[in-house]
Amino acid sequence: MSDTAFLSLEKLTLAYGDTVAVKDLDLSIRKGELVAFLGPSGCGKTTTMRSIAGLLSPASGAIRLDGADITRVSANKRSVGLVFQSYALFPHLTVFENVAFGLRLKKLPAAEIESKVTAGLKSVGLSKFSARKPGELSGGQQQRVALARSMVMEPKVLLLDEPLSNLDARLRLEMRTELQRVQKETGVTMIFVTHDQGEALSLADRIVVMLNGAIEQIGTPEDIYNRPVSRFVADFVGFENIFAVEGGKLKAGNGPIDFSGSLPPDTAGLVWRPRMVTLGSGPFQGTVRGASFSGSTREYLLDSPLGAIKAEEDATLAARETGSAIAFDLPVEKAARLKKFG
Amino acid sequence: MTPRVFSPLVLFLVIGFLIGPFFIIVAASLSGGETLAFPPQGFSLQWVAKVFTVESFRESFAISMLLAIGGTAAALVLGVPASYALSRYKLPFGETIRTIVSLPIIVPGIIVGLALLRYIVVPFGMNITLTLFLAHTALVLPYAVRVVSASLNNLRSDIEEAAVLLGSSRAGAFFRVVMPNIRSGILAAFILGFVTSFNQVPVSLFLSGPGVRTLPIDMLSYMEITYDPSVAALSALLAFMSIGIVFLAERFLGFSRYV
Ligand SMILES: Nc1ncnc2c1ncn2[C@@H]1O[C@H](COP(=O)(O)OP(=O)(O)OP(=O)(O)O)[C@@H](O)[C@H]1O
Ligand SMILES: [Mg+2]
Repeated sequence: MSDTAFLSLEKLTLAYGDTVAVKDLDLSIRKGELVAFLGPSGCGKTTTMRSIAGLLSPASGAIRLDGADITRVSANKRSVGLVFQSYALFPHLTVFENVAFGLRLKKLPAAEIESKVTAGLKSVGLSKFSARKPGELSGGQQQRVALARSMVMEPKVLLLDEPLSNLDARLRLEMRTELQRVQKETGVTMIFVTHDQGEALSLADRIVVMLNGAIEQIGTPEDIYNRPVSRFVADFVGFENIFAVEGGKLKAGNGPIDFSGSLPPDTAGLVWRPRMVTLGSGPFQGTVRGASFSGSTREYLLDSPLGAIKAEEDATLAARETGSAIAFDLPVEKAARLKKFG
Repeated sequence: MTPRVFSPLVLFLVIGFLIGPFFIIVAASLSGGETLAFPPQGFSLQWVAKVFTVESFRESFAISMLLAIGGTAAALVLGVPASYALSRYKLPFGETIRTIVSLPIIVPGIIVGLALLRYIVVPFGMNITLTLFLAHTALVLPYAVRVVSASLNNLRSDIEEAAVLLGSSRAGAFFRVVMPNIRSGILAAFILGFVTSFNQVPVSLFLSGPGVRTLPIDMLSYMEITYDPSVAALSALLAFMSIGIVFLAERFLGFSRYV
């Protein structure tokens, strides 16, 4: 894959003084890909983006873009766009001039600037606002100006730091579609940061899950959602029943449990989503501890020799009494297999 | 007295003490009499006219203007980058630097003046005009740093990074997106510095030499010899000048938002 890589980070280590924020990160991204950085607060998403943009120079490692080593290239010569979470619009300039800023620095002819800015503003639906100052726009509109300002520069890579986090639900959906459309139309390579797994799953071609300054897993949304490799990713995408596996046996509350089928030797854990748990039949016994109704489904919390189990059933089925005993199964064929239990 | 009566009275007194002297001076300067007096005797513009004929007033006015404009400009040339560094970077001893820079506000002018005279001008024979210029620069510097720092702190720093990512150099970003946004702060600092320098007495008192005198000092010595209303007329003219400057600044830049 390395020969098709458009942007690659090689053994990238990023530090603030003595604090290492990102360690030995390797990542390669293809041209035109839409990649999401997903991970908890403080895992190094913003730090990684800033280093790609050139705002932070790496302690070690290299960044290559479009065949060139850009590790030491200064931020203003990289052709990398960054849409800040805070928008970072220039308050003294109109919307038009904000978008024109970079084009003017490129010393393009006035007519070309005019037409590019007009087209840019049109594509984010802000043509009517070109004479306003940023202070006279809503948060969502400001964000779109910031997007247009980066897009008109036709960067090789566009980075977006939590582009949707400050928007309300409706606008968020609108912007999501917008981003996807812009990316399709222009084919720009895009990386965006998000806390929201739904957003990452629905938008991205590939998701990079980060934890503590390192990549935990890289994969397509389906890989991440269905085949998490570690306990952290499994937990993050909603596998709520998580068990370690040692020597082919499930490590549970009351000691190891044998499985009928055999597991591949590198299995470090097995995880199930609540709806993968079979209720009403199976080799295990539990007691219903609690139930919650969530519209289409009912969620149960079971006490069992395996520990606490979360199960889910269609809400059209009769509700199960709290305190009642119940048989259940954790079908191995449905489980996701973890290669690493950390 | 109930608060209802008390507060308008206090208000009236405060305004009276603030503006009263100004009216007295204006009235005294329009007097027809030979000596500085209030209430004025008669009416004439002769003292206003006389101000412009006094040679030493013209000279010291020019010196004061040069000092106020040059000193404030120099203070800004030093103060703007200093404020920028103090607000954007974690400097070693940043707080100490900030304190040292604001010392001239705290240390009484009379001490500064005496010290400059006793330990710099006399032993090293330093040029009086140059010493005055440096002293005024130092006196204005704290105002420059304070006012400019305040407007820098209100300005996000990520816009500079945004400018850099759009192709600007670091220095270019400062001039393209920082300066325009702190322009009013700089102007406010300039006006404050100008007025501070122009009205400065205690330091300048010690730093007067043959032919080198600031206007306030010259007015003091003029009054020691001649007690005619022209001093009042000059004061009134200066007051109108200040009002004019502030009015224009407010009119075109919304000055009051920054001070
Ligand atoms: N300027 C800084 N100085 C020192 N440490 C920093 C600085 N900025 C970030 N860090 C540290 O680096 C680590 C990664 O921070 P980063 O901002 O990249 O996280 P993030 O993944 O973007 O988090 P969030 O989702 O909250 O934005 C954190 O532990 C943070 O405390
Ligand atoms: Mg962040």
